[in-house]
Amino acid sequence: MKAKRAIVNTLCHILLAVLSIIWVLPIFYVILTSFRKESGSYKSYIWPRGFTLDNYKNLFQPTSQINFGRWFLNTLIIALISTVIAAFFVLCVSYCMSRLRFKMRKPFMNIALILGMFPGFMSMIAIYYILKGLGMLETGLLKQIALIMVYSGGAGLGFYMAKGFFDTIPRTIDEAAYIDGATKWDTFTKITIPLSKPIITYTLITTFMGPWVDYIFAKVIMGQDTKYYTIAIGLWTMLEKEYVETFYTQFYAGCVLISIPISILFLLTQRCYVEGVSGAVKG
Amino acid sequence: MGLFQKKTKVQTPHRRPSDASVGEALKKGNVLTRLSLIIFGLGNLAGKQFVRGIVFLAIEAAYIWYMISFGAKSLVNMTTLGTVEQTKVYNESLGIYEYAAGDNSMLFLLYGVITIVLTLAAVFAACMSMKSAYCTQVRKEKGMHIPTFMDDLRSVCEENLHTVMLAFPILGILIFTIIPLVFMILIAFTSYDHEHQPPGNLFTWVGLDNFKAMLASGSKLAATFWPVLQWTLIWAVFATFSCFLLGMLLALLINRKGTKFKGFWRFMFVLSIAIPQFVSLLSMRTIFNANGPVNVILRHLGVIGMTESVPFFTDPTLAKITIILINIWIGVPYTMLSTTGILQNIPAELYEAAKIDGATAPIIFRKITLPYMLFVMTPNLITSFTGNINNFNVIFLLSGGGPDTMDYYYAGKTDLLVTWLYRLTITQKDYNLGAVIGILVFIILATLSLLTYRRTGSYKDEGAFQ
Repeated sequence: MKAKRAIVNTLCHILLAVLSIIWVLPIFYVILTSFRKESGSYKSYIWPRGFTLDNYKNLFQPTSQINFGRWFLNTLIIALISTVIAAFFVLCVSYCMSRLRFKMRKPFMNIALILGMFPGFMSMIAIYYILKGLGMLETGLLKQIALIMVYSGGAGLGFYMAKGFFDTIPRTIDEAAYIDGATKWDTFTKITIPLSKPIITYTLITTFMGPWVDYIFAKVIMGQDTKYYTIAIGLWTMLEKEYVETFYTQFYAGCVLISIPISILFLLTQRCYVEGVSGAVKG
Repeated sequence: MGLFQKKTKVQTPHRRPSDASVGEALKKGNVLTRLSLIIFGLGNLAGKQFVRGIVFLAIEAAYIWYMISFGAKSLVNMTTLGTVEQTKVYNESLGIYEYAAGDNSMLFLLYGVITIVLTLAAVFAACMSMKSAYCTQVRKEKGMHIPTFMDDLRSVCEENLHTVMLAFPILGILIFTIIPLVFMILIAFTSYDHEHQPPGNLFTWVGLDNFKAMLASGSKLAATFWPVLQWTLIWAVFATFSCFLLGMLLALLINRKGTKFKGFWRFMFVLSIAIPQFVSLLSMRTIFNANGPVNVILRHLGVIGMTESVPFFTDPTLAKITIILINIWIGVPYTMLSTTGILQNIPAELYEAAKIDGATAPIIFRKITLPYMLFVMTPNLITSFTGNINNFNVIFLLSGGGPDTMDYYYAGKTDLLVTWLYRLTITQKDYNLGAVIGILVFIILATLSLLTYRRTGSYKDEGAFQ
């Protein structure tokens, strides 16, 4: 019996090891290529002939088409501002849906469900023209504001997750506060918010990641304005046919660079993610 | 219901006047109340609630001013979508042809939609005005205190908190989701395609023609739509369930009693989520490229010849398989993460009882773990299924919808409905066809999820934990 268990255990560990190699190998390849000395795109071998840091250095030497540092800052600013607005929207809406009772509550939740079923960028062209009509596409800076508005504007619809979390906070806590004379707003800011750290962090992270990952909206709004690109469109540009031979290794260096801060952030808050998803607050 | 509700009920044994519906206000209201439907805020002004009355009146004035100066005309324009086409006019003094601006159908439609939304808002304000007037009337009749402006301000923190908290989010949703959506839905009924591009050309209402062309058999559009729809559904089923099952098995494997270094294993898999998705997708695309590392390895291993390559993204069938496999690579860690917590919540007694009864591991998985997980994760599965139907990133960044084919109308063999929609609107500029696809996707998703989602426990019994 003992021997059998040992065999099963070993087999499980071997399986896990093989699987994690499969999962880590592509990441390893990205890092490896980012240090490759030979330029040019695809090679007939895997292990680089030489290693260099130039790919990273060159990233920060702006050329006419590629300006990585600038893109990074653009994305960071856009992400930060839209995160704050979007998270505020999401928390407000989720609190209303979870705790307050009013006539339009159920209809609103159903409408949100229905709106979520339309393909997100079906309305992209319409948004583009609305922004154009508002004069938001005149200069690069205005385009960036427009992008922030696009990322945070409809955020209120993504309340389901946080609402589910608020639902698990016992109502008795709220009621105790009302008896002590707290208004509903007080309850929201002083009781619900402090109890909801996992879900708030989760909301913050997911909205913060949005602008780093979004390609479509950014591309449609920015057009050919390379200076105001976000990271995602910038990196995509590097892989385009006319650039790929020159920027292939730099593309990987760029990928590594932006993955580092985001993965650190992600790993630090992994706990909140798990808690937020399983929605457990211990009253 | 909680204590708080009971407390208010004691204070006002009957219904509060503000609970009255619009119909009730219209039926039981006096002349002043009914007139408030036409002259906003009249009832409030008569009840000496000046600030509230003036706000209502200002809303009405603004709306009337808008309609006279702009709105009425835009509604008329919306029905025709423009009549004057842009023409070339010979300018004799300069000796060149100039364009004389014609009507812009697209703008006409957009302004029309905005005017309709504003009109609905005005109707809503009218109802609110009448309700508010009725409320004042009832309070007057019963000799109750009529709330002053200060009372209104105070109520914002209490029973009217939702109006303040929802105002900005709803405004955002209105501008960035609802108006664009209504606009695009209307586009589906017009001839706004690559041959009718404003400002150069006009487009017009064509009724259901686009839908007919898309669904009728025989046309090239239909010959594209049905296969693309089929692949979309196949993709969604495979992508959802492969990630769900494998992710859960992985979580079980890591959570096993005998597994050592649980944190380390979890870290290894979570690493791939931590990387921004487009980075991993773009790298995967280069890794599976015709000259990418996977082919290089296969060549060195002698599986294929030194100049051959496996057409991971260029052979239709293989491309589909590759995409689903890569999606597993991306999706499994997510499921692993989200199921870990839930798996730990499964009561240990269930497992112990099963073991005493002599159940083996596969039976325990089938009879306890899987049903429990399905019960908890059903809403999650539905959202990820709909998410996969709309999964733009994976397809667009990996294969770009390719390999292209002449059999389809501007679609590739791995194009989902959404990526086809993207091609039709962005590259092909057939906005009406794009809108039709969007609506069809919506209909598919709506039927699927309304059927299933409404049956789940978390929808029916949302207060279960309160």
